[in-house]
Amino acid sequence: MLDIRKDFFANERDDNLNVVGKGVQRQDMPGHVTGRSPFFDDHAFEGLLHLKVVRSPHHHARIRSIDVSAAERAPGVKRILRAADVPVNKNTLLSLINFGKDDEPSLAVDKVHYKGEPVVAIIADSEAAAMAARKLVRIDYETLPAVFDVEEALKPGAPVVNDTYPNNYFEYHDKFDHQKLRFGDTEKAFKSADIVLEERYQMSPIEHAPTETNGSIAAPEQDNRFVVHSCAQGLFFSLGTAAKIVGLESNRLHFIGGTVGGGFGGKVDSITEPLAILGAMMTGRPVRYVLDREEEMLYGSPRGAERIYVKDGVMRDGRIVARHVRSYFDAGAYTRLSSYAAVKCTAHIPGPYWIPNAASDIYVAYTNRCPSTAMRGFGITAVDFALEVQMDKLAHAVNMDPMDFRILNAYRDGDMKPHRRVAKNTALIECVQVAAEKARWPISDSAKRQSSLAGGGEGERGQIPATLIDQRGQIGRPETRNAPSTQTLPAGTTRIALTKQPELEGSRDSRAAAPNVPRYEPAQPAVQAPAPLAPATPASPPPQPYAAPPSPPAAAPTPGATPQHGAMRFSSVFGTRRR
Amino acid sequence: MAKIPVQFRLNNSDRATFAEAADNLLTTLRRGLNEFGPKYGCGQGACGVCTVLIDGEPQLACLTLTVACEGRHVETVSGMADGPNMHPLQNAFMDNFAAQCGFCTPGMLMAARALLDRNPNPTREDVVEAIAGNICRCTGYEPIIAAILAAAGARGEKRA
Amino acid sequence: MPLDVRVATSMAEAAGLLSSDQRTKFLSGGTLVMRDVNEGRLLDGTLLRLTDPAYRQMNASGPRVELGAGVTMAMVLNNRDLPFLHAVARAIGGPAIRQMATIGGNLFAETPYGDFAVALLALDAQVMVQSGYGSARTVAIEEFLGARDRGVSGLVTAVQFAKPQNAADFKFRKISRVKPKGISVMSIAAHLPNSGSRIVQARVAYGAMAPTPVRARGVERALEGKSLDSASIHAAKAAALEGTRPLTDAIATEWYRREVMPVHLGRLLTGEGR
Repeated sequence: MLDIRKDFFANERDDNLNVVGKGVQRQDMPGHVTGRSPFFDDHAFEGLLHLKVVRSPHHHARIRSIDVSAAERAPGVKRILRAADVPVNKNTLLSLINFGKDDEPSLAVDKVHYKGEPVVAIIADSEAAAMAARKLVRIDYETLPAVFDVEEALKPGAPVVNDTYPNNYFEYHDKFDHQKLRFGDTEKAFKSADIVLEERYQMSPIEHAPTETNGSIAAPEQDNRFVVHSCAQGLFFSLGTAAKIVGLESNRLHFIGGTVGGGFGGKVDSITEPLAILGAMMTGRPVRYVLDREEEMLYGSPRGAERIYVKDGVMRDGRIVARHVRSYFDAGAYTRLSSYAAVKCTAHIPGPYWIPNAASDIYVAYTNRCPSTAMRGFGITAVDFALEVQMDKLAHAVNMDPMDFRILNAYRDGDMKPHRRVAKNTALIECVQVAAEKARWPISDSAKRQSSLAGGGEGERGQIPATLIDQRGQIGRPETRNAPSTQTLPAGTTRIALTKQPELEGSRDSRAAAPNVPRYEPAQPAVQAPAPLAPATPASPPPQPYAAPPSPPAAAPTPGATPQHGAMRFSSVFGTRRR
Repeated sequence: MAKIPVQFRLNNSDRATFAEAADNLLTTLRRGLNEFGPKYGCGQGACGVCTVLIDGEPQLACLTLTVACEGRHVETVSGMADGPNMHPLQNAFMDNFAAQCGFCTPGMLMAARALLDRNPNPTREDVVEAIAGNICRCTGYEPIIAAILAAAGARGEKRA
Repeated sequence: MPLDVRVATSMAEAAGLLSSDQRTKFLSGGTLVMRDVNEGRLLDGTLLRLTDPAYRQMNASGPRVELGAGVTMAMVLNNRDLPFLHAVARAIGGPAIRQMATIGGNLFAETPYGDFAVALLALDAQVMVQSGYGSARTVAIEEFLGARDRGVSGLVTAVQFAKPQNAADFKFRKISRVKPKGISVMSIAAHLPNSGSRIVQARVAYGAMAPTPVRARGVERALEGKSLDSASIHAAKAAALEGTRPLTDAIATEWYRREVMPVHLGRLLTGEGR
């Protein structure tokens, strides 16, 4: 049992609750220990068919032709699905809440954008028959240059990964190439700081590796419906996604699930349900589509890679006075949930600390890698790794104990966070104190006396400072990426009036590059297309010293800041929301 | 190709079914006999979720040829309880929170049963070794180890 | 045509079938071949099973040990005459895999698998191979492993080796990133017989340090005729990488394997903890 530390938080919980705080047997436990818990695959069907997909062997290629005639004649094959068979063959997961543009097909149409992208689906009497027929599908590819590094992908001239987003970045509100956070004046604070430390961090993709692989079974039901046994973590999210893709009213789909053999975020993408349903629609029989272990590990959608730059200004007494985070999420070839990850990351900056001046620029970049998705704190995990390593380095730089240093800078209840929410239930100070105690790590008497319940929100800690904002990041204006600030919002401003920006030329097609933006150079020696691409796994980019951004070009045009009616408000979930 | 008739004992009942020549036991149990206790996790012997007992020894159903099980005794998690009474391991797993998603549990229980059938008083090290071929992605193993040790203890008390 | 299964009742019959049909694959414990079946790499041809009791026979009471190729890791673990091989057998999979995996199959396991073959290499084992219906021939294991990827015709029936005179002369260690066990970063086996206080006929073998298990000839030379002390161990570590060609895989990079090889060799020789 986890206990509330009443010595720290005497009033935190009523001790006389009937269930909360007590050990109660879970209702699914008897099913788990008797083998009766109904996972999606634990359902018997007469005449069950099995679906396997043919996947792209290339990271980026044009499909010249597809020949399935031999596969269609193979023993046991009942039906072959191609892109044209998918009623709505372009979707993005968050389209259900009107966020982002449809960018991903269920079966590739004329191009493949990552190694492992599904191109053709085979439905057969047995898995073995489907696998045998898979070898008979002939696809003629013309390989295209690919890009695997987030920063390379954003350079002008980089191969276009995802035609829906031709600049290789997710477009927020059709206007911005990144999520931006501004709080106070970091530039000024860096100048007055005793020490400025800037470091580069990165994290590789991580596979969830659930013991149950992704899969589903769809079968025709009475009443003209289809029953779908699904592993989805968000069952109704999956239902909505599948209904859109197969072109059915959602009330014709009967999703059954909720018993998930490990998800960790890797079962929110609905990667099997639409094709299984489509298979059932086309054959009139139950169709089962389950990823095998290799597919799960290689193409089951990982936590995305990230590259993070953290710049901090710190005083000799240990106070951090400014933090600027610039981070690049690797979405892989399609958006899935990366657009949301960047929003979460932005709301998390500058980590669980109170820093009077904070800013961040968080990009979602497309690369020719497997699309990435949700995973346990995605958007937060990697940047927290970077921030905590940075905290150790900063403590070292000011010659402070790292635990003391964290307590000194920790946020407290009542402090204003840069995303304009007041912090509550912070408890970082107590966490560090308890960790130090358990690890027998000596901390100073002063650090021991601190409390997250005291001192938070006092004076400037509770205020929104006067904040410098700029126009950097507007789509179609690469030259403004490094533009100077354009406006100062007075202290206490909580609502940011949106300016009506004209759609600027040069945005989508010509992509004119500013002279001092580094041009994209392919990481590998240029090869003549079509040529086989180099190894499956791109080598991780060699670490290179951080190069300061090029100096700002001539002052960017400053559009008039005309307040818009119906002001938008920053939301902790999806950036802006109409009030 | 004609399917092959196969007969074996499954959890103390005689069962007969037909299998393709190269079908593995997991496919036959799940799709031929509707015995959904053992799960598919990898098909390569890495995860242990398909662990069954064959003639009392733990084996991986996904790597076992069905036709090689002719006349043998296959036991799965579904046969662990004695009527309405759970096996001590099942009770201990419930009491110790030794399952979260529950997908590894059937294999974990069979691996644990194979251990206790042979060694009723295992050390912690014995327990760790016994489940070394079974992957759990949720619990971090500690509750499972505690449950198996608790079950061994409960059995010991019974005998005494 | 989908896969077919045949059963042979004698080793001679199995060897004959294997020699006469290239599309016949021998299924020993199943841990390698069934994986290929499950993942669609083996879709047609014939799987051959063998029920001959001789294939699983163990003769380990005398100084010369003969183990049928169908002997499983669990059988090795349960054999009181083979204590020096218990750590090796236990290093392979969990209990379920050990019930299935055989010595014969391990000789064919691709790197980073095949840790038992590493031990057999350090024991200077002989591999008995039967082709057609004739009698078995004996192949030195090093030669067998070297030729393995070109294809082995016939049936591996057994392995033979001399039992170490002193169980402590045989050392084995498998290094994994997962506790209590996982796939090999590398495995090391050493047979260091003593004459007086000098090592004679040192045999050291590595797994996962080349496409097949390999002898560490530099280490063997450094130890030959020496006593196992800090000077000889130092020399052995200096020669640790001779003849290795480690691969990069999901478990470790080639660079990492090279970096840690001498460290683990040193720990094996001094008997230090991991």
